[in-house]
Amino acid sequence: MSTLARKKGVGAVIWDYLTTVDHKKIAHLYLIAGGLFFIMGGIEALLIRIQLAKPNNDFLVGGLYNQVLTMHGTTMIFLAAMPLVFAMMNAVVPIQIGARDVAFPFLNALGFWLFFFGGLFLNCSWFLGGAPDAGWTSYASLSLESKATHGIDFYVLGLQISGFGTIMGGINFLVTIINMRAPGMTYMRMPMFVWATFVTSALILFAFPPLTVGFIFMMMDRLFGGNFFNPAAGGNTIIWEHLFWIFGHPEVYILVLPAFGIFSEIFATFSKKRLFGYSSMVFATVLIGFLGFMVWAHHMFTTGMGPVANAIFAVATMAIAVPTGIKIFNWLFTMWGGNIRFTTPMHYAVAFIPSFVMGGVTGVMNAAAAADYQYHDSYFVVAHFHYVIVGGVVFALLAGSHYWWPKMFGKMLNETLGKITFWLFFIGFHLTFFIQHFLGLMGMPRRVFTYLPNQGWETGNLISTIGAFFMAAATVILLINIVITTVKGEKAEADAWGDGRTLEWAVSSPPPVYNFAQTPLVRGLDAYWIEKMEGKKELTPAEPLGDIHMPNSSFLPFIISFGLFVAAFGFTYHNDHSWGLPVGIIGLLITFGSMFLRSVIDDHGFHIHKEEVLELEKKGAKA
Amino acid sequence: MQVEEKLTAETFPSSPERATLEGKNKFIGFWLFLGGETVLFASLFATYLALKDKTAGGPSADELFQMPLVFVATMLLLTSSLTSVYAIYHMKNFDFKKMMLWFGITVLLGAGFLGLEIYEFNEYVHEGHVFTKSAFASAFYTLVGTHGSHVAFGLSWILTLMIRNAKRGLNLYNAPKFYVASLYWHFIDVVWVFIFTVVYLMGMVG
Repeated sequence: MSTLARKKGVGAVIWDYLTTVDHKKIAHLYLIAGGLFFIMGGIEALLIRIQLAKPNNDFLVGGLYNQVLTMHGTTMIFLAAMPLVFAMMNAVVPIQIGARDVAFPFLNALGFWLFFFGGLFLNCSWFLGGAPDAGWTSYASLSLESKATHGIDFYVLGLQISGFGTIMGGINFLVTIINMRAPGMTYMRMPMFVWATFVTSALILFAFPPLTVGFIFMMMDRLFGGNFFNPAAGGNTIIWEHLFWIFGHPEVYILVLPAFGIFSEIFATFSKKRLFGYSSMVFATVLIGFLGFMVWAHHMFTTGMGPVANAIFAVATMAIAVPTGIKIFNWLFTMWGGNIRFTTPMHYAVAFIPSFVMGGVTGVMNAAAAADYQYHDSYFVVAHFHYVIVGGVVFALLAGSHYWWPKMFGKMLNETLGKITFWLFFIGFHLTFFIQHFLGLMGMPRRVFTYLPNQGWETGNLISTIGAFFMAAATVILLINIVITTVKGEKAEADAWGDGRTLEWAVSSPPPVYNFAQTPLVRGLDAYWIEKMEGKKELTPAEPLGDIHMPNSSFLPFIISFGLFVAAFGFTYHNDHSWGLPVGIIGLLITFGSMFLRSVIDDHGFHIHKEEVLELEKKGAKA
Repeated sequence: MQVEEKLTAETFPSSPERATLEGKNKFIGFWLFLGGETVLFASLFATYLALKDKTAGGPSADELFQMPLVFVATMLLLTSSLTSVYAIYHMKNFDFKKMMLWFGITVLLGAGFLGLEIYEFNEYVHEGHVFTKSAFASAFYTLVGTHGSHVAFGLSWILTLMIRNAKRGLNLYNAPKFYVASLYWHFIDVVWVFIFTVVYLMGMVG
C-alpha cells in the first residue's frame, strides 16, 4: 500500500475520513464533531446567561428559553463531553498499550457515525418546529405534556441512536484493553489513562442499557400509544426517573474517570516523577466505578422514597468522597518534590485540584438528604455540577487536547496562546459559577427564565454572565491557536514534550498507520521512561520485523447509521403523515441490509509488507 | 494460528472460536455485550414487576395466560438451546455436516417458538389485551416482544451464517461466528426461563 504516503486531494481526504477504521483518524472525527457540538452548547449557555443578566429580561423568554436550556445540557453531556472523551481514548489508548488498533476497528467507526447521526438528528429539531424543552433529564411528567412540537421525540430517538454508538465504543475499549496489550503490559503496568478508560468502558456497558430502555418506553408512550408513564392507565412517571438516574449517575463517572486519567498522565509527565501511589490510584478508580452504581437515587431525595432509602443513598454517596480523596492526595504527592514544568496542560491540572475539590465538597453537602431539601432545584445544584463537570471534565479535555495535540496532528499548539486560553477560562469559570452557590442559597431556582428585581440576585447574576463571556473569549483564542498551529506550527518530535513516560511518545507524531513497526516489549510501568533511563532511544521490540495485518476501510458504518437517521424521521412523523411509516421502514431496511452485507462479505483485511514498513519507517525518521 | 490456514480434522484446534486473535476478540466482546443485554432485560423485568397489576380495566394476567400454549413454547425453546449445544460440539470436532444439521434443527425449533408467540399475541389482541390498553399491557408486550425480536434476530443470524457458509465448510474465520451466534441463542433461552417464571408462572399463580 504505497498509497499510504502519497499526497491526496480534498475529495480523497473526505472519502478517507468517511470510510476510515483507523483509531487515530476516528479520534480526529470525534474531536472535530465533539468540538463543534461543544461550541454549539457554549453558544446556548451564552444565550441563557444573557437572558439572566438582569431581572425581567426579555431577550429569550418562555418556551424558547426552555428549549435552549434543555439543548445546552443535552448537547454538553451527550454530544460534546462524551465524544471528546472518546476522542482522547481513541487517540492514545491503543498506542499506550502497544497495540496496532482497537479490537474492532469496524465497530469503532460505526460507533462514531451512530453518535454523529444521533446528534445531527437531535439538532434537526431546531428547524422542525422546536427543540426538546423538558430539561436534559426530560422527566416523564414534563416530557409527556410537551405535545406542541416533536422536540422530545427528537431527543429520545437522537440520543437512542447515539447511545448505541456509545455502548459499542465501551465494549470495543474493554476488549482492546483485555486482549490487545503488548507483551509485558500487565494490568498493573497500564498507564492510568488506560485504567480509567477500562473502568469507564465497563460503566458505559452497564449504565447505557437502562437509558436505552427508558428511551424505548418514552418512544412507546409518545409515538405508539404506550402507557408506561401515563398514570391514567396505571403508568408511573417515577420509573423514568429511576431508569434515567441509574444511567445518569454512572454517566458523571463515565465522564470524570477519563478526566482523572488524563490528569494522572499530565501530573507525572510534568513533575518528571512516577505517579505517586499507582496501585492505590487503580484501586480508587475501580472503587469509584463500583460505588457509582450505588448512588443514583441521591438525585431523587425529594421524590418521596422515604427516610430509609434516602439515608442509604446519602451514606453511599458520601462514601465516594473517600476514593476521590485518595486520588487528590496522590496527585499532590506526585508533584511534591518533583521537577515541575508549568506547561499549558500542567496549568489545567494544577487548577483542576482546587476547582474539583470545591465541586466535591458541595457534592457531599448535597448528599446530606435532609439538607438537600433546601438545595434541591436551586442554583446551588447548578453551581455544584458545573464545578465537577467543567472544573473536572472540561479542564481535563482542554488539558488533554493541548497535551496530545502534537501526537494527534504532528504540531505543537502555541504555548503562549494556550496559557492565555487557560487564564481566561479559569477566571471565567470561577466568575460564572462561584457566585451561583450563593444565588442558590438565596433561593434562586434553576431552569426559570427570569426573576424579579430587589431580591438581592441582580449583582450575582450579572457577575455570572460576565464570567461566561470570559470562557467564550478563551474558546475563541483556542480556535485561533488551532488555526495558527495548523497553518504554520512547528513540527512535533516523537517525544513532543521531552518528558514522555508512556508508549505513545515513543512513536512518531503523528504515528504511522500501524502505530508500531514492531510490537514493543513492556518492561514496567512508564515503559518508555524505563528505556530512556537506560539511554535507549527506541523501545525494545517483542517481535521481528514482518508483514503487518491491517483492517480494510469501509463505508458501511456510515450507511448503517444513516439508515437509523432516516428511520428516526419516519417514526417521529408516522402519526402526522402517511409517509412516516414507509420512511421508517425504509430506514430500518437500509440499516439491516448493510448489516447483512457486512455479515456475508468476507473481510480479511490486508497486509502492509515488511519492505513497505521499512520504507515508511525510513521516511518517518527523516521527517 | 492464522485465519487463512486450511485445516483438517487433525489440525483443527479444540477451541476454534478462540484460536485466532479475531476469534478471541469476538469471544470476549460478545460475552461483554451479553452483560449489557442482561442489564437491558433486567430493566424491562423491573418495569414489568412494577406495572403488572396496573390493568386499567383491561384483562389481567391470570385471565389471559394459558399454560398449555406457553408450556409447549417453552419446551421448543429449551430444546433448541440443547440442539445448538450439539451443533457446537460437532463444530469443535470439525464435523461440518452434523453441525449444519443440528443448527438446522435449532432454527426449526426456534421458528416454532416464534410462530406460537405470534399466535399467542394475536389471541390476546382479540381478547382486548392490546398494547395501548394499560400500563400492564405496554410492559408485557415490550418485555416479551423484546425477547421475541431477539429470537427473530437470532434466527435470521444463524440462517444467514448457514447459507453463507454452506459450500465452504469450517475454518477459523467462520468458527467464531457460529460460536457467538450459539452464545446469543443460549442467552435468549436464559431470558425466556425468567420470562416463563416471572411473567407466566407468577401471572397465573401469584
